[in-house]
Amino acid sequence: MSTHRILPSGGVLRYNLTERVIHWLAGFSYIYLLLSGLAFWTPWMWWLAIFLGGGPVAREVHPWIGLIFTFAVIYMYAMWARDMRITKQDLEWREFIGEYVRNEEEQERDPHKAIRGYQKFAPVDRFNYGQKYLFWVMFWGGLTLFATGMVLWFSDYLPWSLHFLRLVSVLLHPIAFLVTLGGFIIHVYMGTAIVRGGIDSVIRGEVSMPWARFHHRLWLDKVVAEEKTAEK
Amino acid sequence: MASQVLEVKNASAGAASPGIRLTEPVAKLIDTSTCIGCKACEVACQEWNDLPAETTVNFGTYQTLPEMTPHLWNLIRFNEVEMDGQLHWLMRKDQCMHCAEPGCLKACPAPGAIVQYENGIVDFQQENCIGCGYCIAGCPFNVPKLSSQTKKVYKCTLCVDRVSVGLEPACIKACPTNCLSFGTKENLLLKAQKRVDQLKAAGFNTAGIYDPPGVGGTGVVTVLAYADKPEVYGLPLNPRIPLALWLWKAPLKWIGNLAILGGIVGTFLHYLRYGPKRVPEDKKDTHVPATGGQP
Repeated sequence: MSTHRILPSGGVLRYNLTERVIHWLAGFSYIYLLLSGLAFWTPWMWWLAIFLGGGPVAREVHPWIGLIFTFAVIYMYAMWARDMRITKQDLEWREFIGEYVRNEEEQERDPHKAIRGYQKFAPVDRFNYGQKYLFWVMFWGGLTLFATGMVLWFSDYLPWSLHFLRLVSVLLHPIAFLVTLGGFIIHVYMGTAIVRGGIDSVIRGEVSMPWARFHHRLWLDKVVAEEKTAEK
Repeated sequence: MASQVLEVKNASAGAASPGIRLTEPVAKLIDTSTCIGCKACEVACQEWNDLPAETTVNFGTYQTLPEMTPHLWNLIRFNEVEMDGQLHWLMRKDQCMHCAEPGCLKACPAPGAIVQYENGIVDFQQENCIGCGYCIAGCPFNVPKLSSQTKKVYKCTLCVDRVSVGLEPACIKACPTNCLSFGTKENLLLKAQKRVDQLKAAGFNTAGIYDPPGVGGTGVVTVLAYADKPEVYGLPLNPRIPLALWLWKAPLKWIGNLAILGGIVGTFLHYLRYGPKRVPEDKKDTHVPATGGQP
């Protein structure tokens, strides 16, 4: 947490450079895996394989990009697992997920009341319950994709006595793909369309003070408190 | 047999172009009771298909290699089995079975990489193969072999190049005991039944035809003296397209397609209905009069 500081611009540093780089390493590798994977998933999407250089090229590159994605997922675990632990507050927040989805915290026109009203049921730390849930879906989904992907990658070296591993992988790989894709669609939609400022925060790292107060009040409180102790 | 125009009845990833002519399914008959293990068929297969000889390994049997390889599509398996207090030396020609419902074809994601001709021959089209190895998962007989050099899979073609010009497969031509024969499946089943009757008359009460219904029957029909225990020949008792493959290609695929579509449509509708979350400060005093300078 020591890297997070209130910036001279008055904004707050939400993601440091390493976090941003790793996020986009995961993001772009996932997008490649998604596009090539969709080509293998259904013949309707086969044109994606042509677009990516042809079937054999897509097949050859897919597992290598998969290794990059796995690396990014494990790195993110090392960086964020602590922040991603689901707390009692998260479970309280979950009670109001309907209101969150319907943007009902906006109903109050007076900003100070709105924040107070919103935060009454949702004191959110660095990540909210939805973000944490996404993280764990991508983490476990990513590990499943990695394990089953390795079996499929080296299918020709697997002895016939371990054939069941091939069958398990052939089924689990697309299941994990679908689950992570669900998370991915919601993540991209929330980060770009719904929570304005979300995508900027993971590009340049900075969020505004009101943004931090509105979305992650507990986190902002901690950052401010740390700044104060650092000043002493 | 007359030359055949090979129309594609079925192809991987939906690239079939079914024919309209009447084409009879062809088959190969392997009579294990007359196989003497000479491996002439192995040699004929290597020669006709221009396959380089594999370095053999001695693992205590006459068998050329433990398994088929990308260069060895025809393998005589030598099984030593103890049954009824006797040692049986059982030989069987192992190769692609040319299933009527091929698991490899169902598993393959590359359009047209695996085709099934109207005459029943299942063939790999290496120019369309992407080397993913899913066919290995789909096959209940451990047949397709992925070459690490070319990254393509290979197996017996049932000498489709010979069959299409009216010749019998190379292995059939080489067999010295008439243990192998080729023809329409209908005729070969009759022939196989005659042989089974002979074997039964000779005291092999469990003799029978191996044409497993779990894969819709096979284009390679095998006469076994101990048909109640095909495992002793290295054949699965009841082969079928693996359940995992069926789950993946039928329910999961459609649930998945609907879920993906639902996710995209759902988020779009959500945006139309609720729109973005705005941090309250953004809303405050945003009205700027058109005239009059300061807000």
